[in-house]
Amino acid sequence: MAGLRSEGARDELPRDEGSRRLAGAPSRARGASPIDTEKVREDFPVLSRELPGGRPLVYLDSGNSSQKPFQVIDTMREHLARHYGNVGRAMHVLGSESTEAYEAARDKVAAFIGAPSRDEVIFTKNASEALNLVAYSFGNPAADDPRFRLGPGDEIVISEMEHHSNIVPWQMLVQRTGATLKWFGVTDEGRLDLADGVITERTKIVSIAHQSNVLGTVNPVAEVVALARRAGALVMLDASQSVPHHPVNVAELGADFIAFTGHKMVGPSGIGVLWGRRELLEAMPPFLGGGEMIEAVWMDHSTYAPVPHKFEAGTPPIVEAIGLGAAVDYLNGVGMEAVEAHERALTAYALEALKEVPSLRIIGPQSPEGRGATLSFTLEGIHPHDVGQILDDRFGIAVRVGHHCARPLHLRFGIPATTRASLYLYNTTGEIDALVRGLHHVQKVFA
Amino acid sequence: MITDSMYQELILEHYKHPQGKGLREPYDAEVHHVNPTCGDEITLRVKVGEGGKVEDVSYEGQGCSISQAAASVLHELATGSTVEETLAVVEEFTRLMQGRGQVQPNEDVLGDAVAFAGVAKFPARVKCALLSWMAYKDAVVRSVGA
Ligand SMILES: Cc1ncc(COP(=O)(O)O)c(C=O)c1O
Repeated sequence: MAGLRSEGARDELPRDEGSRRLAGAPSRARGASPIDTEKVREDFPVLSRELPGGRPLVYLDSGNSSQKPFQVIDTMREHLARHYGNVGRAMHVLGSESTEAYEAARDKVAAFIGAPSRDEVIFTKNASEALNLVAYSFGNPAADDPRFRLGPGDEIVISEMEHHSNIVPWQMLVQRTGATLKWFGVTDEGRLDLADGVITERTKIVSIAHQSNVLGTVNPVAEVVALARRAGALVMLDASQSVPHHPVNVAELGADFIAFTGHKMVGPSGIGVLWGRRELLEAMPPFLGGGEMIEAVWMDHSTYAPVPHKFEAGTPPIVEAIGLGAAVDYLNGVGMEAVEAHERALTAYALEALKEVPSLRIIGPQSPEGRGATLSFTLEGIHPHDVGQILDDRFGIAVRVGHHCARPLHLRFGIPATTRASLYLYNTTGEIDALVRGLHHVQKVFA
Repeated sequence: MITDSMYQELILEHYKHPQGKGLREPYDAEVHHVNPTCGDEITLRVKVGEGGKVEDVSYEGQGCSISQAAASVLHELATGSTVEETLAVVEEFTRLMQGRGQVQPNEDVLGDAVAFAGVAKFPARVKCALLSWMAYKDAVVRSVGA
């Protein structure tokens, strides 16, 4: 199995990382990680790439988009080179091989998230499209199911820590329908503030992040689901930052819909997933119209295909879906429990290590409990763009700077931007040491 | 390293000790410009006096060292010159910034602003350098038109 190592092994640094460590660099306790990062890194060709000027790459931007293992790259190349045909409609060998591979990817994704039925897995182009698909199901006169009726007086609940993809579609929905948008606030520690009175009997849907892409906070889904159920509201989770990093089982989560995106989970861009309860998906109106989503078409009306195809109009991202299937195989090979444990150990290490940097303020939970491996911070008097630029240009350290598509959250904390390091299965403690050294240097430049 | 040529001493000095920062009265025009990709923003006021002389450029804003230093340098260069002279500097500065590092800057026209030459090699940062200068151009047009 890729990336698994025997008992007792510890998170060792890849060789090049080790040799770059400064003599006398502080030694920090390294938590146990079940992942052999050295082996995992060999699967990701780009990680051994040299940047201009001979800098090694230190990739700490997986929350933005992850890198891809050759297993995914090769699967996609192989499919394009030897099998490719359109899916669902071709009566020839290539078309049926493509259809088989495309539908096999759906099976893999369904199993990966514990979906009760493969038909509940809808391929979209990304998480944003999956969120929009659900938002567009509400207040649509073409659907008469009362759960999706929406108008003045009805309410939608989100939170202040959402990515713009889980804010804007709902704002657009209330503009179309006259419904009201409400939200949970965020505490100073970066936790969801589940205040009373936000969810009411007028709430039709609650849509929140499973894990914040800025704070790293993992939200208490069970509590939110319980509140929503009491009010008779549906629940959607933006799982873009959780499915890649934790074992996720939709049956256990208890939500009605989850959205996630392939490019953040070692898969390609151009493919995302909406999972929804079958019975709800059947009650929803179609989203986009076109080929493959129909049953029969007359000049004045149409009937629609059963789910999932009802929501997959036109030629889908075929090779991307197959690539996502390969990504799921890869992650299963390493084991999602192992990925989670590795990130937990790295997070503990990083939180400790970043304390060493004077005036660094973590925006989000300060301890590794109830959070993922996304670390956003500010440095007093130094703008994140300057931090990111110097880290990249001098040390080859790739972080993300800005508001990370969560502007309201930054407004909440009274800051225009943060620097964000987001870690994944291939990151090492040596890379965190490199980040800390880089930040010390940044401070020297602006001293 | 390339950033060494971007973070010139002069830029860092202006960032740490911005010249002319703060909004002042009187003024003829006030503009607010934002860089939506990074959230940098600036509010800028211009006061033009007798004979088209720029009497004051005052500003308030937030952003990275490049955008803040560029506003500070702009204040120094513009205050006391004529509108016409300053627009020539703005034009030369814009040409330099948009030149992808291939343009030879005219130091006689640019003065201290030549320190930003290294920024031109970073397309993502060119907008930071230009933010206050574009705001100034906008404000001047409005104040002269008024
Ligand atoms: C929490 C969260 N939601 C939604 C998205 C949007 O994903 P995509 O751009 O693939 O639609 C992202 C990633 O940018 C994210 O981090």
